[in-house]
Amino acid sequence: MSKDLSDVIGRVLPAPENHLSAEKLELARKARRSFMGKALAMGAGVAGTAAGAGKALAAEGEAAILQLPPHSVGLGQPVAMDGYGKPSKWEGNLQRRESPGLTRVSQASVSFTPLQGLFGIITPSGLHFERHHQGWWDIDPSQHRLMVNGLVKRERVFTMDDLMRLPSVSRIHFIECGANSAPEWGNVALPSVQYTHGMVSCCEFTGVLLSTLLEMCGYDKKNGKYVLAEGADGSSMTRTIDMERAMDDCIVAWAMNGEMLRPENGYPLRLVVPGIQGVSWVKYLRRIEVGDQKYATKDEAIHYVDHMPDGTHRQYTGIQECKSVITTPSGSQTLLDKGYYNVTGLAWSGRGSIKRVDVSVDGGRNWRTARLEGPILPKALTRFNIDWVWDGKPAILQSRAIDSTGYVQPKINQLRAARGTRSVYHQNAIQSWRVAENGEVSNVQVY
Amino acid sequence: MNTPVDNMLPPVACSLRAAASPLKGAMPAPRHSRLRGIPGLGRARGAAALAIAGLALAAVTASAQTKPWNDIGRYATPAEVKAWDIDVRPDFKGLPKGAGSVAKGEEVWEAKCASCHGSFGESNEVFTPIVGGTTKADIERGRVKNLEEGSSFPQKTTMMKVATLSTLWDYINRAMPWNAPKTLTTEEVYGVTAYILSLAEVVPADFTLSDENIAEVQKRLPNRNGMVFYEPLWKVNGKGDVKNVACMKDCPVDATIRSSLPDFARDAHGNIQEQNRVIGPVRGADTTRPAPKALPASGGTPVALAAPKPAPAAAGAGDAKALVNANSCTACHGMKNKIVGPGFNEIAAKHKGRADAESYLLSKIRGGGSGVFGAIPMPPQPDLKEADARAIAQWIAAGAP
Repeated sequence: MSKDLSDVIGRVLPAPENHLSAEKLELARKARRSFMGKALAMGAGVAGTAAGAGKALAAEGEAAILQLPPHSVGLGQPVAMDGYGKPSKWEGNLQRRESPGLTRVSQASVSFTPLQGLFGIITPSGLHFERHHQGWWDIDPSQHRLMVNGLVKRERVFTMDDLMRLPSVSRIHFIECGANSAPEWGNVALPSVQYTHGMVSCCEFTGVLLSTLLEMCGYDKKNGKYVLAEGADGSSMTRTIDMERAMDDCIVAWAMNGEMLRPENGYPLRLVVPGIQGVSWVKYLRRIEVGDQKYATKDEAIHYVDHMPDGTHRQYTGIQECKSVITTPSGSQTLLDKGYYNVTGLAWSGRGSIKRVDVSVDGGRNWRTARLEGPILPKALTRFNIDWVWDGKPAILQSRAIDSTGYVQPKINQLRAARGTRSVYHQNAIQSWRVAENGEVSNVQVY
Repeated sequence: MNTPVDNMLPPVACSLRAAASPLKGAMPAPRHSRLRGIPGLGRARGAAALAIAGLALAAVTASAQTKPWNDIGRYATPAEVKAWDIDVRPDFKGLPKGAGSVAKGEEVWEAKCASCHGSFGESNEVFTPIVGGTTKADIERGRVKNLEEGSSFPQKTTMMKVATLSTLWDYINRAMPWNAPKTLTTEEVYGVTAYILSLAEVVPADFTLSDENIAEVQKRLPNRNGMVFYEPLWKVNGKGDVKNVACMKDCPVDATIRSSLPDFARDAHGNIQEQNRVIGPVRGADTTRPAPKALPASGGTPVALAAPKPAPAAAGAGDAKALVNANSCTACHGMKNKIVGPGFNEIAAKHKGRADAESYLLSKIRGGGSGVFGAIPMPPQPDLKEADARAIAQWIAAGAP
């Protein structure tokens, strides 16, 4: 066969019939007018050749190379077979998942992003974490309205048509639930990074700046100190945002990663509040009210409050402080062999951009600075990578991020010293992954 | 709830005030009709108002808001604002006038709340308990002792935490009952709030809560002094409360592992191998088996490549499944797990082989009941369409999921 091929190099390749037996040739001729028939004949021809070569090839090299697979010798699928493409069937393991026992009712629950399998900084829309308080809806966008009222000169109503006519921005921001990593305030409770850190996602959001709408409505610059955002779903989520935030970088967004928001993420309209915990990013946004006092809504008076050792609760602690985590290798993964690994992970800060990420492989005794991949954007996930040669001995991997304010991601004992162990929210401690001699990585606390 | 700014402008802004008031008044229809109602004067006054409105609009547009998109959108009508502006603030701004008794609240509670929250607000393992953990001393002090470090009280109930009574009223009004939010009347919301307060012994059993006495009741909330506003974690440019330093070499750490995942929890989140990619430098650990003795590459336990999970079955797998989702049945019944009520598989198993299973289930679905799977009652479902109820009954009788 190789001799035949060398003969034809530099010439026009002969038709595949040249490699077929007389019977196959006849079959192929009969099938000539049928596209599929031709493809079948081609496949059959190669299979025949490979079978003929048999064991001799195995000694020469790997079957994956020496035996051409069907996709190299057949005809693939047509365009637009699936009007909205899906990930490869081989990627089915990477799904957002619930944490058993965390909640009992799936309409008021969480699904976690599989950070262990993601690359770069953008979360695919279908893997964006979910948090619903009263189930999700797929709302008719032509019937959706946004109202702006309260301390404004003009109380206004906007349709989606109206909003999408306005000047828009597209910006990449992370969103993190205030309860991300929260089950571990006391002890290790979760096996993998999907569950320890999977309530963070990062997408490109497109929409109109909230400041544009507030200016259009003539908000009261003297007394309008706060904004209340309210959703249109059953829970009608409400959250207080200070005017400084509202006029800075909040976006009334309709798009995520180049397409409209997914229903689970608030289609057709959600608020984007960069740097602030996800509960403030009100989905199905229906109303913005300008006021002169904070609102003490359910999710800022009963939940999303930080329980302190003296029995008080801190209210309105919405900032997601600087945090990072190694995503590979991470909890419940197995290293296949000793030797080189590219340790990779994510860092983010609600107060600005990531300045530096250090990585330790000895439980925090010695640190090296990782490479930050661009773009490094404010209030967005930043990807880091660092080389590591594993000698096969037990190791403890940690990452520690520093943001543009100089704040250094704390250790869990430092957080506990300040806030005790009974809090449920805002746990941004350094994560430790123990690599055992058998290659298994597990979640541990070391400080 | 907030009053529009044109009623609240300080005197210094009187020119703007004069401009803004007729502007707002002129746009929504109801105010016009009021002017037109004055015999003889209506037409002239209305026209004058419109003229002023026109001037005001021009003035506003010319002064601050010259953006070409400024007039996209439309004015909200008073009825629209009233329909949506339902929030109640800690100072009770936005609270509608009205009243509701503890007795009224108890009636509503038993019918619409108790199945999730328990007859006495203690909940049933599913939802956060609402009442419990507070004492008379807490009511005196305005701080809840059981929230302090060292307390052995196992839960943090709503009544232990809530410092603002408006929060309770607002949330019940906007989001309860869980599967039919915003369906309670104002009297019912007052009543349910009063009932919760009576269970926590904040008000007596014969109390009627109203917009007039709610501020007084606020002064008896057990944790009213328990909230702290901590600005460094509210402002983006704050400094926070925890300081770490970026030590690089020979840092002072204790290598002891303080906490790790217990062996029994190894597969509590399913088989992690099936939650990781099938290629790359690492694999998910097979958490259905004990940890392997040696590295995969050393000839120890080979890492089996998890077969990629087939795409989940299409949602149309059964109309009945769509129906139980659409009708919020799944709020209380899991496909294969108990939530408030039994899982659908459990119901199917119980009535398997019963000749009249379909008609029996139909009557239970429509009429509700209790005692078959425990004391928690299932409320009747009068709004469920007959055909839908029948389809669900058939589906369960045929074995459910």
